[in-house]
Amino acid sequence: MIQGVQLDLISEERLARLTSMEKIRLILDEVMAGNIVVLEKGLSPEESSRLIEMTMMEISPDGFAGIEMETYPARSQGGGLLARLFGNKESPSRLTVIGPANQLKMLRKERDLISAWVSSR
Amino acid sequence: MDILTKARKRLSRFLRVFFKKKRSRIGIYGPPNAGKTTLANRIVRDWTGDALGPVSEIPHETRRARRKEDVTITNGDGDSIVIDIVDTPGVTTKIDYHEFTEYGIEKEEAVKRAREATEGVAEAMHWLREDIDGVIYMLDATLDPFAQVNIMMVGIIESRNLPVVIVANKIDLPDASPARIKSAFPQHPVISISGLEGKNVDELYDKMIEFFG
Ligand SMILES: Nc1nc2c(ncn2[C@@H]2O[C@H](COP(=O)(O)OP(=O)(O)O)[C@@H](O)[C@H]2O)c(=O)[nH]1
Ligand SMILES: [Mg+2]
Repeated sequence: MIQGVQLDLISEERLARLTSMEKIRLILDEVMAGNIVVLEKGLSPEESSRLIEMTMMEISPDGFAGIEMETYPARSQGGGLLARLFGNKESPSRLTVIGPANQLKMLRKERDLISAWVSSR
Repeated sequence: MDILTKARKRLSRFLRVFFKKKRSRIGIYGPPNAGKTTLANRIVRDWTGDALGPVSEIPHETRRARRKEDVTITNGDGDSIVIDIVDTPGVTTKIDYHEFTEYGIEKEEAVKRAREATEGVAEAMHWLREDIDGVIYMLDATLDPFAQVNIMMVGIIESRNLPVVIVANKIDLPDASPARIKSAFPQHPVISISGLEGKNVDELYDKMIEFFG
């Protein structure tokens, strides 16, 4: 069989239909199976906090070693005060790539360019 | 500061002690090896004379959050805050026990450390969601501040509306670039220090009184 890596690009619409927990589970299941996930729209701060926590629980020696993840910094939001008053609940994050830490390596990261390297297992 | 302001500060401090106002719990966050424990020890030593935990060049030396209660920090003007300092394990999205065997640690011990480290990171995230009132976010100024985990953590801290002071640490090293950190997080105060040598920590104490008071 040809060596390769599965790449799943998940649309904003698809993500919007999922609850936070479903999103996190979907990401972890994919990544633990050795796939790379690209999200059209990133996770909210709350979701990324839970993702880190759940990732930690799935790590095992000689097995899953965690995730590598890159996204662009949020565009600075207008109306800073209002955003603060009502809490920055609305996800400001953007295109996001997530993969297994031992297969996805970030080569270069700038404000407007992310360059990554993917290896097969 | 005029006499009246001074008197008012004294009175408010007296009232605070009298009514046992809830202390702010300040968490020190940041990636592994940024110098969190070194700074936590310095703060605790400077203001109470004790120490908090062991420092190491091996990542994830701190695998449990450690807390020191009732640390009073005072500046030259007589302003002060009473805080709990929480030294947290570094936050990361990946942990491989080989990170430890590289330092000559036996496999069995390395696997154990890796497991404790994963629990420690999960614990630190939990503290941030439940028990922290303010954050010192520490960065090694010789490294790239745009690393994903920093962007993500600062986003999480902002979404909780917690006051945050960013520390550009290790400015004693020649390739330290606090300017890069300032440009990465223009929305927050950035204080450049050497936690190891104690350089500029007074400025950090002033900022802490201003921000966490
Ligand atoms: N040159 C330099 N090294 C530092 C400084 N602060 C901490 N270190 C070193 O960085 C390493 C990690 O420090 P530690 O406090 O354990 O980091 P933590 O993992 O964030 O708690 C140790 O070898 C420290 O001696 C500093 O200001 N300058
Ligand atoms: Mg530490």
